[in-house]
Amino acid sequence: MYNCYATIIQIDLHKMRKFFLATLISIAVMMTTNACSPVAIINPTTAPLSNAKTPHLEEKTHSGTHIVSPVNMNQIHSNEIILATTTSTRDSGLLDILVPQFEKQSGYTVKIIAVGSGQALQMGKEGNADVLLVHSPSSEEEFMTAGYGIQDSLVMYNDFVIVGPADDLAGIKGKTSTEAFKSIYTTKSLFISRGDDSGTHSREKQIWKKVELTPDPKNGWYLESGSGMTDTLRIASEKHGYTLTDRATYLSLKDTLSLEILVEGDKSLLNIYSVITVNPQKFPMVNHEGAESFADFMLSPDTQIIIAEFGKEKFGQSLFTPAAGKTEAELGK
Amino acid sequence: MDFILEGIKQAIMLLVEGNPEIVHIMFLSLRVSGIATLISLIIGLPVGTFLALAEFPSKKLWISMINTGMALPPVAVGLFVSIMLWRSGPLGNLRLMYTPSAIIIAQTIIAAPVVTGLTLTALQQLNPRLKLQLYGLGASRIQMILTLWREARLPLLATVIAGFGSVISEVGASMMVGGNLRYHTRVLTTAIVLETSKGQFAIAIALSLILLLLAYTVNLWLTWLQQRNSQK
Repeated sequence: MYNCYATIIQIDLHKMRKFFLATLISIAVMMTTNACSPVAIINPTTAPLSNAKTPHLEEKTHSGTHIVSPVNMNQIHSNEIILATTTSTRDSGLLDILVPQFEKQSGYTVKIIAVGSGQALQMGKEGNADVLLVHSPSSEEEFMTAGYGIQDSLVMYNDFVIVGPADDLAGIKGKTSTEAFKSIYTTKSLFISRGDDSGTHSREKQIWKKVELTPDPKNGWYLESGSGMTDTLRIASEKHGYTLTDRATYLSLKDTLSLEILVEGDKSLLNIYSVITVNPQKFPMVNHEGAESFADFMLSPDTQIIIAEFGKEKFGQSLFTPAAGKTEAELGK
Repeated sequence: MDFILEGIKQAIMLLVEGNPEIVHIMFLSLRVSGIATLISLIIGLPVGTFLALAEFPSKKLWISMINTGMALPPVAVGLFVSIMLWRSGPLGNLRLMYTPSAIIIAQTIIAAPVVTGLTLTALQQLNPRLKLQLYGLGASRIQMILTLWREARLPLLATVIAGFGSVISEVGASMMVGGNLRYHTRVLTTAIVLETSKGQFAIAIALSLILLLLAYTVNLWLTWLQQRNSQK
């Protein structure tokens, strides 16, 4: 018995050493592969000034978008930009087309964080994003007056629609948005609200305010999903409820939903998307050059054509209408 | 119900044709969770051993804290790591947010208490006299610990399996700190969430099956290691 343990100890030490060596080597290998693939590509902190700096400067002047000032040693440079955006631009597939093109043209890597407009603006306020693509005009105004943003330009628009089950028990089909909300309220028909301070949610609240009604989530017919547009549409579809949605997300999901467009074309349902560059003065880590170049890209004539064409093939109608250079008052006419 | 059959078909197709995006997502999941498990082993094994063998007054307090840590909700860890790593946070300068490294950090925090707690249990269930006996044989402290680990190798491998299982299946933290960025931080679980919300149920089911298959393969290998010597 005792001898047995003594030999085990000896064998053990030998084996264990090998085992630890093997473990250490595999960790090292995994770490290095990790370091030279995605992390290094999107996170060139190790050598922020030398790494990929020159080629991307050249490329930018080449394409003539704008002239880059010499590298300022005090500023943290990076070839990555964080784009905080509303979910509809990602879920509709538009960004899957635009962003790779921008990356190819400019040499920047874009990290798309798709959240509600409310959270996107919050990310901008804390310097956690460089550029925003949002659709919440009233909150944007607040954001700009507080000095968090530098540029706020219209990119495109489409419209919100009220969707619901085909049998339409509240009888809102063809009504205006305010009348529709009123009859949903009086018939206590199931309505699914985003409830997440997104652009769509703030528009919904605006309409409730206009009709001077305040639905209470405790009532049972008015539910707050607290999730993105796709999930909210799915809930509305499963529970035979009504909801307010942007047209793009609805169209891209239409085949898997049992919901129909019941109210559309109302002027108060206009849905305007803007690109905002975050003020680097408040947060030195904000990549303003990258943000500007992204905003320029979104507003360029070529991109605007792509936006106009987007969705025509798949849905038979375009999901967004380009609006670069226009003002809010000019839209929807 | 057609979704399930369609999903199985798609899973096989995606695997057979080696769809580059799926392969990337698979290996990223495996690498991120593998590294997180390894790091939590490096932390958890010594800490768990220390807590099992050492005697000190606040020991019970520490053990209860570790055991609570085993139930750490991934979303809470995700939130905590986000706050730390955001540009506005204290570690913002490292620019780790929305990178695979951020996911590794979060997953390590999730797995380390599991590994520590189970190591502790594995060693505590050994006969306490074994330790004295080994010292009696003239074993050094390191020799004693290594022998105890060898004695407890079956539950210790179960520890690795549990640690890996807790992170490969986790979605809350990966989503928050990784951001589900295509080709960068999209892992299997976050891809499943995205495809489900996009209404691509067949692909979501295919990805789920691939995740199960991946977890099964890793566990098969670990179980093989675990059971290899147990018959002797």
